[in-house]
Amino acid sequence: MSEKKLMLGNEAIARGAYEAGVKVSAAYPGTPSTEISENIVKYDEIYAEWSPNEKVAMEVAIGASMAGSRALVSMKHVGVNVASDPLYTVSYIGVTGGLVLVAADDPGMYSSQNEQDSRAVARAAHIPVIEPSDSSEAKEFVKFAFDLSEKYDTPVMLRTTTRLSHSQGIVELEERFEPIDIPYEKNIAKNVMMPGNAIKRHPVVEAREKQMAIDGEDFPVNRIEMADKSIGVITSGIPYQYVKEALPNASVLKLGVVNPLPRKMIEKFAKEVDKLYIIEELDPIIEEQVKSWGIECTGKEILTIQGEYSANMLRKAILGAEGDLTAPAQVPMRPPILCPGCPHRATFYALKKLGLHAAGDIGCYTLGAVAPLGVVDTTVCMGSSISTLHGMEKAGGREFIKDWVAVIGDSTFMHTGVNSLINMFYNQGTGTVLILDNSTTGMTGHQDHAATGKTLKGETVLAVDLYKLCHDGIGIENTRIVSAFDSEALTAAIKEEVAREKVSVIIVQAPCALLKSNKPKPAFKIDTEKCVRCGMCMKPGCPAITRKPDGAIAIDATLCNGCGLCEGLCKKGAIVR
Amino acid sequence: MQTKNIMIVGVGGQGTLLTSRILGGLTLRAGFDVKLSEVHGMAQRGGSVVTFVRYGEKVNEPIVEEGQADVLIAFEKLEAMRYAHFLKKDGVLIVNDQRIDPMPVVIGAAEYPEGIIEDLEKKYKVLKIDAQKAAATLGNPRTFNIIVLGLAAKHMDFSHEDWIDVIAKTVPEKTIEVNTKAFELGYGM
Repeated sequence: MSEKKLMLGNEAIARGAYEAGVKVSAAYPGTPSTEISENIVKYDEIYAEWSPNEKVAMEVAIGASMAGSRALVSMKHVGVNVASDPLYTVSYIGVTGGLVLVAADDPGMYSSQNEQDSRAVARAAHIPVIEPSDSSEAKEFVKFAFDLSEKYDTPVMLRTTTRLSHSQGIVELEERFEPIDIPYEKNIAKNVMMPGNAIKRHPVVEAREKQMAIDGEDFPVNRIEMADKSIGVITSGIPYQYVKEALPNASVLKLGVVNPLPRKMIEKFAKEVDKLYIIEELDPIIEEQVKSWGIECTGKEILTIQGEYSANMLRKAILGAEGDLTAPAQVPMRPPILCPGCPHRATFYALKKLGLHAAGDIGCYTLGAVAPLGVVDTTVCMGSSISTLHGMEKAGGREFIKDWVAVIGDSTFMHTGVNSLINMFYNQGTGTVLILDNSTTGMTGHQDHAATGKTLKGETVLAVDLYKLCHDGIGIENTRIVSAFDSEALTAAIKEEVAREKVSVIIVQAPCALLKSNKPKPAFKIDTEKCVRCGMCMKPGCPAITRKPDGAIAIDATLCNGCGLCEGLCKKGAIVR
Repeated sequence: MQTKNIMIVGVGGQGTLLTSRILGGLTLRAGFDVKLSEVHGMAQRGGSVVTFVRYGEKVNEPIVEEGQADVLIAFEKLEAMRYAHFLKKDGVLIVNDQRIDPMPVVIGAAEYPEGIIEDLEKKYKVLKIDAQKAAATLGNPRTFNIIVLGLAAKHMDFSHEDWIDVIAKTVPEKTIEVNTKAFELGYGM
């Protein structure tokens, strides 16, 4: 009997890549996709890397495919936007070794700035999309995706969602298939996308997509589960599980390939059932196509384009079941917060005291927007802090940004922030950029990047030196390094650089409080004899410090990591070790 | 058997992921079909965290919904209150009598409700435990979640022997002994 394991969807995707004979994997971390690479790295047979951003990762995978090997590239949905430039064109080029892009969508926005639907991107790029419904399928579908990729000469998108990526199910492990690398052949007409060649490739793309739509009926991943014909459902991915739970007797057309759609199969199924529903999270991608063929069906009229679905939601929308549910209690929210000892808290507190606004970016430090810090005014996407600040200056002049800075993490700076800084320097901006260098990619759970000196495989390499990059490389004279916990020096540096009518960079250093290499210092406690209960120490919003019902202030020794920020704020010397 | 629905709720950093790994190991060992679902990402930064565990002959949906939980394990009492309506009518709530103030309470924008456990006892079958106190007697405050799990164990379908075995296989080797003691402590309550 083969081994069975409980695996996260992402772990199963990694296993699928291993079994499919993948040789190269590239990615940039992003919830909910990160664990794919973190599991792939366990297989010695696969070269795996963190690339600085998704565009680079995509191109690395394209190169590997061109060289004749199977390649996997994984990213979160918004990462697909960054990678879309190479993606739209590699659709024309096709593949040599199979090429699979895992796009991880986030319905419900558990950890994202929007809930866009990656299937729409794949349709626009004319590449097939396959969508598994649980961990077991996730592994199998990766293998199917590679077969499809090589058979139809196309990159393939495997779409997952947070619920699939972060749910565990039973997976049966199989052996690795060891493909033989396809020998390289120079083929300018296929691999050099200049207009004359691309014009000839576009019809190939169209024909390929049409052929897959016809062949779709025979794809084993598209299947009909005929039962009670009064209700028929077309669905795919995680919503399939909700359908099986809520409507166990309904007939179901389960689509494994959601682009292109197997039109004949759908038409046949629609004829067999009395009432047809299309159940898909986010956008009506399947529904709009089915409706465009003149097939009567119901979907977004009764279901939303927002968030995750559930069996209860379907029972209510389709069966009209109200249920006998207890109303949830009204309780205070528990939003995510910066950890005790987080260096970002020290930086934001300094900015707050100076009355500054921050153009923010993507990372833990986006939490600088919420109370009690409330310093971050804007956040758009990876790398946007520096460029939006620059745009503000060009619109409102120097006066507008006289009390502004941009804040960006080290990993996000390496992702796309560096381009924005070059732009600010080149186009005579005068903004102040704080690179919050905590020596890791924090929010996704500690991944290395080019400036940490470690690779995904754990090798020690020469780190990109952020100071030299900004000062010597770009040529920003006013680049300096300050420790996040040296409040005086940090405040002085910010004041001076914000006043300067030139681009400046302050690299604010202190490792992430959760990094294993960052050993916590002994916890602080309150000397109740000295404490006057003024609450100064609570201003930065450290979760380790609370006020008891009797007004006394207490430090939770299990949470405090001894960073010392509060100690510096206490004028009575009441915070002691 | 009917699919059994377990929920584990708490505050990011309280060890809900470890407990779900233990439950996963148990269900697999007992030969059940199982699905576990948990939220990662931003929510782990001191936010409210939820793990769903469903096991039985065949499990489809990976999440537990309102009114469906057989057992709700809450490592913190405000979180017990937040998710209590997920319990079935005859479901069991195991609540750790610990208070962790969320940021809106810390900054004075909201109040931490009084008498949470007393209120919950009026509506649900509640088993209360002060696991921090119990863990202190073991000399390792971090084992509090295994003590809570020990108390919850009697309401699930796994043998005592399986629990001990799976805990030993899941926790770091250095902590097997203390975690086994922690489990026994909760189990005996």
